[in-house]
Amino acid sequence: MTQTPAPLSRPQMAARLARDIPQGWYVNLGIGIPTMVADHMAPDREVIFHSENGLLGMGPAPAADAIDPWLINAGKQHVTLLPGGSYFHQADSFAIIRGGHLDLCVLGAFEVAQNGDVANWATSANDSAPAVGGAMDLSAGARNLWVLMEHTTKDGQPKLVTTCSYPLTALGVVSRVYTNLAVIDVTPRGFVLVEKIDGLSLESLAARTGAPIHLPA
Amino acid sequence: MIDKRVASVAEALVGVADGATVLVGGFGAVGQPNALIEGLIEQGATDLTIVANNAGTGRVGLARLMELGRVRKIICSFPRSAGSVVFEELFRAGRLELEIVPQGTLAERLRAAGAGVPAFFTPTGVGTLLAAGKEERTIQGRRCILEQALHGDVALVEAWRADRWGNLVYRSSGRNFNPVMATAATLTVAQTQHLAELGELDPDAIVTPGIFVNRVVHIPYGDPAS
Repeated sequence: MTQTPAPLSRPQMAARLARDIPQGWYVNLGIGIPTMVADHMAPDREVIFHSENGLLGMGPAPAADAIDPWLINAGKQHVTLLPGGSYFHQADSFAIIRGGHLDLCVLGAFEVAQNGDVANWATSANDSAPAVGGAMDLSAGARNLWVLMEHTTKDGQPKLVTTCSYPLTALGVVSRVYTNLAVIDVTPRGFVLVEKIDGLSLESLAARTGAPIHLPA
Repeated sequence: MIDKRVASVAEALVGVADGATVLVGGFGAVGQPNALIEGLIEQGATDLTIVANNAGTGRVGLARLMELGRVRKIICSFPRSAGSVVFEELFRAGRLELEIVPQGTLAERLRAAGAGVPAFFTPTGVGTLLAAGKEERTIQGRRCILEQALHGDVALVEAWRADRWGNLVYRSSGRNFNPVMATAATLTVAQTQHLAELGELDPDAIVTPGIFVNRVVHIPYGDPAS
């Protein structure tokens, strides 16, 4: 009986993804674990964060005694604006998104399919009150779409699947998935393993994944 | 002399009719025209279609207007948020129509209305539930759906500073939907935290030129709730 290695914590997942963001990229972070990516960027690497409600150059959360009530992010949390930052209205903010100007968007998801489909906004076709926000715009518009999520649901069901069962957010847009177990590219061949956590066997990873995982060619 | 300033919220909302489509600025509590929403509750218009990013929280403002049964339909991108209790009650009871629109499509539909573009094609939403019933076409190799301009009878916006010509300046993330909505309605009403003399606002800094604004009411209500 081999011991199951400990999956990455959420901050570790965010830190792992942050390592792969090149200097100079313009990046939008979705609500949830993706928001934590900003806290793990190396201080010597300049990356500019965008927020849907009309900010570029978004900085970290302010100290409790330095909150500006007029300055929030898309998750409606108080944030700061870095020197060089700017404000703009919703149509310009989504021109940035939809016009293909963002280098990267990092989203959370319920499911990612091996063809790059993503489902992250509604849990059924008759969701009592679905809320889509900017997820469909970001998925369709960002130059790179990476998903940051747990590898399986709380009850162990795979979130990397052959075909999404939840309502889709966008078709064929995800290029990479970072989970608490592995980093996986989405390619024309399907899922291709980039790396897995130490001590986790390929068989064990495959057992937690709902579609074949290929090794790099 | 052109003077778009009015003395009261009641005066600012004269003529808002039953059945009107009302665009409401703001993102969360920031940049939301609270006094005008309260005024709309007093004013009495009913059977309204509300266009806003969110569907109100608690039992005040937009949520109160909905609870009073004055809203027939809401068009928004993110109705469900912490504290959106009234929306959830009414929606579950089938007493409120909901049209969910991706946030960028919402902004662009408003922008199109303001710019005289009747409809446009976009890849956002292709192949999803939100594409149902919409014309699809492949343009430059990409699947797109047709989205219609979204025009308001009335827009309620909040500015940081305004002058008597209706020129508007916003504060920080309070800008959000306000400038886009200001362009997209027949009657645009701005509540402003501060009034400026004509010529006092830097022309390089004016975000909404006064041509888009019909009425200005001075409401120094202070910081948004957090």
